[in-house]
Amino acid sequence: MILNILFFYLAAVTIISALFVVIKRNAVHSAIALLVTFVHVAGIFLLLNSEFLAAVQILVYAGAILVLIIFVIMYLNVTQRYRMFNRLKLIAFFVGVVLFAEVLYIITRTALKGQKGEFPIAKVMEMGNTEAIGKVLFTDYLFPFEIASLILLVAMIGAIVLAKKEI
Amino acid sequence: MQFLPADMNIIMPEIIMALIAIIILLADLVIKRKKSLAFLGVIGAGVVAYTIMMDSPGAAFSGMFISDGYSKFFKLIFLVNVILVTMISVKYIIIEKINLGEYYSLMLFSTLGMMVMASAGDLITLYVGLELMALSTYVLTGFIRHNTKSNEAAIKYFLLGAFSSAFLLYGISMIYGLTGTLELKDIADYINKNGLENNKVLMLSMILFVVGFGFKIAAAPFHMWAPDAYEGAPTSITAFMSVGTKAAGFAAIGRVFMIALPAIKLEWSTILIPLAILSIAVGNIAAIAQTNIKRMLAYSAIAHAGYALLGVIAADNEGIVSMMSYLMIYTFMNIGAFAVIIMLRGEGAKGEDINDYEGLAKKHPVLAAFMLIFMFSLTGIPPTAGFIGKFYVFMSAINAGYVWPVVVAVIFSAISAYFYLRIVMYMYMKEPINNVGVQNFEPLLSTSPAIGIVLIVAAAALLGIGIFPSFLLELARAAISGF
Repeated sequence: MILNILFFYLAAVTIISALFVVIKRNAVHSAIALLVTFVHVAGIFLLLNSEFLAAVQILVYAGAILVLIIFVIMYLNVTQRYRMFNRLKLIAFFVGVVLFAEVLYIITRTALKGQKGEFPIAKVMEMGNTEAIGKVLFTDYLFPFEIASLILLVAMIGAIVLAKKEI
Repeated sequence: MQFLPADMNIIMPEIIMALIAIIILLADLVIKRKKSLAFLGVIGAGVVAYTIMMDSPGAAFSGMFISDGYSKFFKLIFLVNVILVTMISVKYIIIEKINLGEYYSLMLFSTLGMMVMASAGDLITLYVGLELMALSTYVLTGFIRHNTKSNEAAIKYFLLGAFSSAFLLYGISMIYGLTGTLELKDIADYINKNGLENNKVLMLSMILFVVGFGFKIAAAPFHMWAPDAYEGAPTSITAFMSVGTKAAGFAAIGRVFMIALPAIKLEWSTILIPLAILSIAVGNIAAIAQTNIKRMLAYSAIAHAGYALLGVIAADNEGIVSMMSYLMIYTFMNIGAFAVIIMLRGEGAKGEDINDYEGLAKKHPVLAAFMLIFMFSLTGIPPTAGFIGKFYVFMSAINAGYVWPVVVAVIFSAISAYFYLRIVMYMYMKEPINNVGVQNFEPLLSTSPAIGIVLIVAAAALLGIGIFPSFLLELARAAISGF
């Protein structure tokens, strides 16, 4: 019961603050709303018994990425207030509402009961959250993990190539 | 799961590809002649193609990575793509003043991502490969840093690409919640075992997959990014992504829909029909109004995605075979056409406006003849390969019982003749506009031996496949025998 209430609180705040990220005219306000989103997503991870992911969420997203975003906002001095919506906002709103209603209808009417994996909560508790994730990451998901490292390399090359003054 | 050394043999082509891309990146520090990096890239891609041929089929990393005929055929398309595009880039990136080693390296990384996508046996692997491919292409699109058009194209491509990735991820997460697995074969098994054919969430995730992949193959109505991105990107990269990204998207569509979701075959082919028809209609009609040839070819790429989708709609092995051979043919004709555009891009001359082609046959008869072949092939006129490709795609769709989409496609295909043959008409039936004298035009053409080879290879492949089509079809049939 208490967990349910906690979940709905976290989910609601995540969605509302994510909405604020998009609709706030002031970029700094958006960044703060983003911080709220990150922290509450970390809370949802905690509810799912994923302490490691929650910690990473705070460290990487709130700690590193958000600091970078705010740094960029300060650096570029983003004070100009742009128009937030264009002429198509009514159509977009209509399509959005219809899509949302469809997804809501389908999700609430179907139980998502997939097969259980190798790591039920009891086992994760026993061997430790971080160990379990590390074990899966370096055995079952080794290949995508290595490709992900290449993605980071490409991102780095791209940032340097596109941003450096003289190459 | 245990780590098996045998897995390394199966992913050997990918390992070599990653190594070559990194070697080029490092060699760029010491080598001043970037031409040799391009040479290294071409040789490297050739070696990878050889290892793919020698590679024994099998699954690695507990089914996450599958090497079979299907993936090999697609990897061949990607490698042909990267080799030809590297060869047409050498002179072009000097003219555009973007002669950097990272260019070749990023192209190889992007190809690696495509290869991973084609081999993915698992939705996570598929997604990670897709991101590797897409991220490298975003950077390459904005590679002309001093050109605002290129920057704009990269930003648009990046934002909409990230948006479509979100759709794809949403679909993946739903199917994971429903089945509890990400492996394509297990998903199909679980659906069969538990009778989930009519499950609503399954439909929803399938639709989200269609959106995600539809964006990558630039099928209407998910095509809005394509004209801007194709026009702004460096011309060589336009060729690269119009062929490579599209083929990779189709590889993923074939794999996911045929292996993971065969239970709802009827549903996804019903959803893909309007997509295909709309792509063909939007692509061919919008292309008529274009005066920039890159933009025209962007709309034509949308239309060609629609034709290839007709093969997927057939939803049987013959359909997949026709889709695969169509993409192989499209690789040659599209890169050939872009090679001609690149040759017209000299110092000071853009060569992108279709008026630039007026009287080309008088100035450069050989080049005009090559363009003639590519335009005929894109229209689908025999004896070029474009005709064979379209013929088999239409054939397989009709055999599967979809007659009216094919009728519509044929009508629009006839309309497409207008804008392809308009180029031919400009080249052969109009006089050169500026009366500067023939000699003065010579330096405008940026020729190099590499680009000449590309033109000859592409034209020879188109005529060869057009006259002896059975070879390519047998290759594609053999490729999916174990599908």
